[in-house]
Amino acid sequence: MPITTIGTFSVQRLQILDEKGNVDKALEPKLSNDILKKIYYQMISSRAFDDKCINLQRQGKIGTYAPVRGHEAVQIGTAFALESKDWLFTTYRDSAVLMARGLPASQLIQYWAGNEAGNDTSSERNNFPIAIAVGTQLSHAVGAGYAFKLRGERCATAVLFGDGATSEGDSHDAFNFAGVLKTPTVFICENNQFAISVPRKCQTAANTIVQKSIAYGIKGIQVDGNDALAVYKAVKDALENARAGNGPTLIECETFRMGQHTTSDDPTRYMPKELLEEWKKRDPIIRFEGYLKSKGILNDNEIKNLKEMAEREIKNAVEKGLTEMQILPSDIFKYTFAEMPKCIEKQMREMEETIKLKNG
Amino acid sequence: MAKITFIEAINQALLQEMESDNSVVILGEDVGMGGVFRATDGLRAKFGAGRVIDTPLSEAGIIGTSVGMAANGLKPIAEMQFNEFIFMGYHQLKTNAARIRSRSRGRFSCPIVIRTPYGGGIRPLELHSESMEGIYAHTPGIKVIVPSTPYDAKGLLISSIRDPDPVVFLEPTRLYRSIKEEVPENSYTVPIGKASVVRDGKDLTIITFGGMVKFSLDAADILKEQGINAEIIDLRTIYPLDTEAFINSVKKTGRVVVVHEDSRTCGIGAEIISQLSENILTDLLAPPVRVTGYDVPFPLYKFEDYYLPSVDRILSGIKRVMEY
Repeated sequence: MPITTIGTFSVQRLQILDEKGNVDKALEPKLSNDILKKIYYQMISSRAFDDKCINLQRQGKIGTYAPVRGHEAVQIGTAFALESKDWLFTTYRDSAVLMARGLPASQLIQYWAGNEAGNDTSSERNNFPIAIAVGTQLSHAVGAGYAFKLRGERCATAVLFGDGATSEGDSHDAFNFAGVLKTPTVFICENNQFAISVPRKCQTAANTIVQKSIAYGIKGIQVDGNDALAVYKAVKDALENARAGNGPTLIECETFRMGQHTTSDDPTRYMPKELLEEWKKRDPIIRFEGYLKSKGILNDNEIKNLKEMAEREIKNAVEKGLTEMQILPSDIFKYTFAEMPKCIEKQMREMEETIKLKNG
Repeated sequence: MAKITFIEAINQALLQEMESDNSVVILGEDVGMGGVFRATDGLRAKFGAGRVIDTPLSEAGIIGTSVGMAANGLKPIAEMQFNEFIFMGYHQLKTNAARIRSRSRGRFSCPIVIRTPYGGGIRPLELHSESMEGIYAHTPGIKVIVPSTPYDAKGLLISSIRDPDPVVFLEPTRLYRSIKEEVPENSYTVPIGKASVVRDGKDLTIITFGGMVKFSLDAADILKEQGINAEIIDLRTIYPLDTEAFINSVKKTGRVVVVHEDSRTCGIGAEIISQLSENILTDLLAPPVRVTGYDVPFPLYKFEDYYLPSVDRILSGIKRVMEY
């Protein structure tokens, strides 16, 4: 018996803007000037939020912070592709997408200052709480998507995760379940080339992350993750496809972590300087600026003014958030169960007594 | 003897065991560059990437691979980046590492050490502060260690690496760089399963370990001014417990306070007090008291000082046993 070929596979990559911001007219999404300006403003607001948080962490005013720097196109492109009824599942490096989905910076800063009130719990926004344990959020997006499907609602779920998360067994489970159950789920991998110090090539022997979709029988596409238009288009198409009942998609967004893993990390210990310099040239914000300038939507002066405005707005919001975070220590007992069991109530009284004694 | 930190003591133990035994390997996330707390600093340069393995980001992969390595003649030391993340691989620990010896009727063993930062006090993000020694102690087939000093850290880690069975080695993160003490440069062991009496006293016994030893000592200093002498026992090993050590102490003092960061219900304090009740109930002069974390998820850092035992909370627990 001869050996026969039973399948051949290919993977595709989408890029709409080149590194200078020149656009591929055939692929350019139809977005109004107003929306394009909003996308840009969210990108620079995220950068301003990053800078502010890093500063505040150094001053001891907030705790550990995970900068978005470099991921702006992935996250803002995703935010604008989503509809408000869709559910979003995020991880710790996703401040930009949360703010672009409407979470005020004044609230988000509270999360980074160690206050539970900073988690986005507004019923007006369908943002699931931030997942800290890497990769655990992927299957949540599958389950929530299944619920939409079962009830016949035309909604989708989107989940963000890093390249490191694709090594966790949880991501295998999620891709597999989504494929088998054909859930309306869009998996968006923010492949930023590093999981703390470990380069992408040490996470998987595969050439790309997107090719894993083939093994799970789900759709997949690789996108230039520093190209906000490409991310927007890929995510939007995948969401529409999902809502139409055509199942999940894995989108690998190739980007780069231009900052630290978190403020506790020193990337100069492991990240080659030349690599960072190379990726700085592909900065998603510079690229989008080039695009907006070439379309005559913004000029240098307007860009300068917008950046100052974003910095001012972030500064005011953050200061407001840090002064207004009034919650009580006894809050830690309140949300463990719908109804507080007696044993927990007793412990809450014990804590209140200790506080009373201490305050004399 | 040089004065070194807790983390330097860990690094020394790893280095010396790797030097003396070629079968010792380290695997984990970011261990190649020294780990997020620098416990494995310099080891890849010395022993190569074959023995200091940067793995893909998967706790289940790290623990499961360690089981196979251990069964086939290696002595893996698996680093979990943070304690709570062990649960991403807990099935490999509970259903396999802990049972390989019994499942194979002694044919295979699992001499692995799972090291992880542990406990509160460093104000990090969610899921980086938990203390879950109770769950590990409740997992038959695993030994559980929590050192509280650089000296014990080095000696107990060397004992753990040489132990023929799986050991979960919990390193209180708050102690990594906050204390220094003289530690012998040569290799030495501290026995697994032996508590230490860190302060003699006659009026009550404080049973504690890890990051809470310092708080208990501070509370004892305040009590001393009031004429109350507390005996403090540092358990050091959580499983198997040195029941003899704390039973003898409480037999003498008649009063006991157990202090741990882990949540209260089914925490190790429950086991300690059960042992006391089973063995010396009639010697107790007051009901035992537990000063512990509460039965709620460990909060974000703004309120961690309220969740965790403090000197004030320990003193108020002591007041209850003394005034009974």
